[in-house]
Amino acid sequence: MAARTLFDKIWDSHVVERLPDGTCILYIDRHLLHEVTSPQAFEGLRLAGRKLRRPDLTIAVADHNIPTVGLRTPPDIKEEDSRIQVQTLEANVKAFGVPYIPILDVRQGIVHIIGPELGLSLPGTTIVCGDSHTSTHGALGALAFGIGTSEVEHVMATQTLLQAPQKNMRIDVSGTLGLGCSAKDIVLAIIGKITTAGGNGHVIEYTGDTIRALDMAGRMTVSNMSIEAGARAGLVAPDQTTFDYVKGREYAPKGEAYDKAVAYWKTLPTDPGAHFDTEVFLTAAEIAPMVTWGTTPGQVIPVTGIVPNPADEPDEGKRAQLQRMLDYMALTPGQHLTDVKVDVIFIGSCTNGRIEDIRAAAQVAKGRKVAEGVQALVVPGSGQVKKQAEEEGLDRILLEAGFEWRDPCCSMCLGMNPDKLTPGQRCASTSNRNFEGRQGIGGRTHLVSPAMAAAAAVTGRFADVRQFG
Amino acid sequence: MDKFTTLTGVAAPMPMQNIDTDKVIPARFLKTIKRTGLGVHLFDALRYLKDGSENPDFVLNQEPYRKAEIIVAYENFGCGSSREHAPWALLDFGIRCIIAPDFADIFFNNSFKNGILPIRLPRAVCEQLIDDSKLGGNARITVDLERQVVVRPNGEEVHFEVDPFRKHLLLNGLDDIGQTLRHGKAIDGYETGRQQSQPWLPTIAA
Ligand code: SF4
Repeated sequence: MAARTLFDKIWDSHVVERLPDGTCILYIDRHLLHEVTSPQAFEGLRLAGRKLRRPDLTIAVADHNIPTVGLRTPPDIKEEDSRIQVQTLEANVKAFGVPYIPILDVRQGIVHIIGPELGLSLPGTTIVCGDSHTSTHGALGALAFGIGTSEVEHVMATQTLLQAPQKNMRIDVSGTLGLGCSAKDIVLAIIGKITTAGGNGHVIEYTGDTIRALDMAGRMTVSNMSIEAGARAGLVAPDQTTFDYVKGREYAPKGEAYDKAVAYWKTLPTDPGAHFDTEVFLTAAEIAPMVTWGTTPGQVIPVTGIVPNPADEPDEGKRAQLQRMLDYMALTPGQHLTDVKVDVIFIGSCTNGRIEDIRAAAQVAKGRKVAEGVQALVVPGSGQVKKQAEEEGLDRILLEAGFEWRDPCCSMCLGMNPDKLTPGQRCASTSNRNFEGRQGIGGRTHLVSPAMAAAAAVTGRFADVRQFG
Repeated sequence: MDKFTTLTGVAAPMPMQNIDTDKVIPARFLKTIKRTGLGVHLFDALRYLKDGSENPDFVLNQEPYRKAEIIVAYENFGCGSSREHAPWALLDFGIRCIIAPDFADIFFNNSFKNGILPIRLPRAVCEQLIDDSKLGGNARITVDLERQVVVRPNGEEVHFEVDPFRKHLLLNGLDDIGQTLRHGKAIDGYETGRQQSQPWLPTIAA
C-alpha cells in the first residue's frame, strides 16, 4: 500500500461507503453534545420521528452558559436564554437516553477538556461536536472536527457524516523552546506565520521535536487553535506520551484491552515518504512569548514588539482594515506592548484551562500581587482540574495573590454567561478568539499564554514573562 | 422535509448585493432552541422600524409580497456566519427558492440541507426577474425543478443548473439523513466489524 499520513489512515478506517461523487459516509466513534448547538438537532429528530442511533457513543454536558460563581444550576441561571438552553439539554438527554454529566458532578467541565480527561477521546478515532474547537481532541491522534446543526442531527440519526476528504498539511516545529515559552506561543506563532486562512481545506498534522517534547496539555493547546489557522482539524501522532496519558482514565481500555489498543495505535503515525499537499517549517528560535494586538488571531507579535503601522501596508483595503482594528483595540502605531495597560485577566477555556496551565499561572503569581484596578479570573476547565489544583494548593497561591478562583465553564471565553467584558475593557486572555465583541460588546481581547496572562495580572501591563525569575 | 417539485408563486424583488446572514437574521436571535419561529425576525433590521412597527418601504411588508415564496436578489447572497439560522428563518417565513447570480458557499449548502432551492442565474436574467416580480400579484414565477427551468410571467423559460444528487433529494423530499439511512445495512456491517477489530472502543451506558 502507498505510504499514508496519519489523517489518511484514520479516514480510510472510517469509510463506511464511498459514494459515486467521491463523498464518503464516514463513521463517527464519539459524538459530544453541549447545550448551544444541540437543541435544533434534537428537535429535527423529534419532528422526523427518528431515533438517536447510538446513545452509548454519545455524551452530553452543559458548559457554555454555566455561571462560574455562586449557584450554577438552571433555576439559578439568571439569563433566560441561557437557562432555557441548559434546561432543554437536560430534557433532551432524558428523552433520548443520552449519557449526561450533571452540572454539579466533579467531572463536569468544558466539553473539549473532559473528553480527553475521561478517556473518551482516543487515538485513531473520529470525534465530532457542534463546536469548532473540537479540533482539540486531535492532540491524541484522533480525527476530531466541529460540525453544523444539520450534521449534529445527521450523526444522531446515523452515527455517520457525509464528508469529502480534506488535504494533508504538515507543520513541523523543531528545536528547544526558549524559557518562558509555551504551547500557546507555538500556535500563536504558527498562525502569525501562515495566517488565519493558511490551513483552509486542510487537516494539519503537527510534527517535529518541539511538538514531540510537549506534554498532552500542550499538544491540546496547539491542536485546539487549528481552527484559528483555518483548518477544521489538527493532529499529533500518538506516542508514549499519549499512551501514558490515556492509561487509567475512566473510559479508557484497561488491562489486556489497553495493550491491544496500544499495539494498534502504534501503527497510526504517518508512514515515511507519505505525501503532504502543503508543508510549513518553523524553528523554536522564532518563537517568543506572543501577544495578539488585532481582532483576528493572526495579528500577533512577540511581547517585546511594537504595534505595527497601517501606513506600511501597501494594499489600500488591508490598510483600512488594520486601521479599523487599531481603532477598535485603542492602540497606536509604534506603541510598545509592554506599555499597554490591562483591566481584566482571563485564565481558562478549552485552549488553556488544564491543570498544567493553572500551574504555569500559579508559578508566576506566587508571592506577587495582582496590580491595582485589575480583575483576574482563573477558571478551571473542569471539576477535576479544579479539584486537582486545590489538592496541589494552587488555589491558595492564586487567591493570596488576588486572583479570583472560579467554578468550571467556558466563562469569559465568549460572552454567553455572566462573565463578560464591559465596553472598552482590555483583557489579557488565554482563550482562542479575539474577534470584536467576543468576550462582551466593545471588549478588547489580547490572546496570550497562561504565564503571560499571570505576568500581565501582577504588572498591570503586558510584561515579558522571561523576566520573572 | 417537504418535496420540492414545481413552485408557482410570488417573488419578492430584493435588488441588493451581499445580503449577509446577519441581515437575514440578526445575531441576537441566534440563542433560540428551535429552528421554527424565526420567520418573524427574518430581515429584522430592514423589516421593522426602531419603534418595532413595520417599515412600509420594505418589500416583505407590502402586498402581495407578504406571501412571497421566492426571493430574487443580486450577488453573494448569504455571506457571513455558518450557522443555519438564516435558512431556518427563510423557510419559516415561507421562502422555498432564492434566485441570485451567486451565493456564499456555506449558505448555498445549508439551503439545500433545509429544503430551500438556491438557483444561480446570470445577473442579466436576475435583473429581468426583478422587473417581472415588481409587477406584483399577477406576475407569478414558476420554478420547475424536474425540468430545471424558471418560467417568467410572459411564458419565457430560463434553464438553470443544479447538482443531480441535490435535485434528487429535493424532488423526493429526502434529507441527507433519509438518504444515508438507506445505507443502513452498510452502517450495521461497519459497526459489527469495528466491534470485532477494536473491541476496546468505549461505550457508555446511559
Ligand atoms: S472554552 Fe471557548 S472555545 Fe472552548 S468550547 Fe467554550 S466557548 Fe468554545
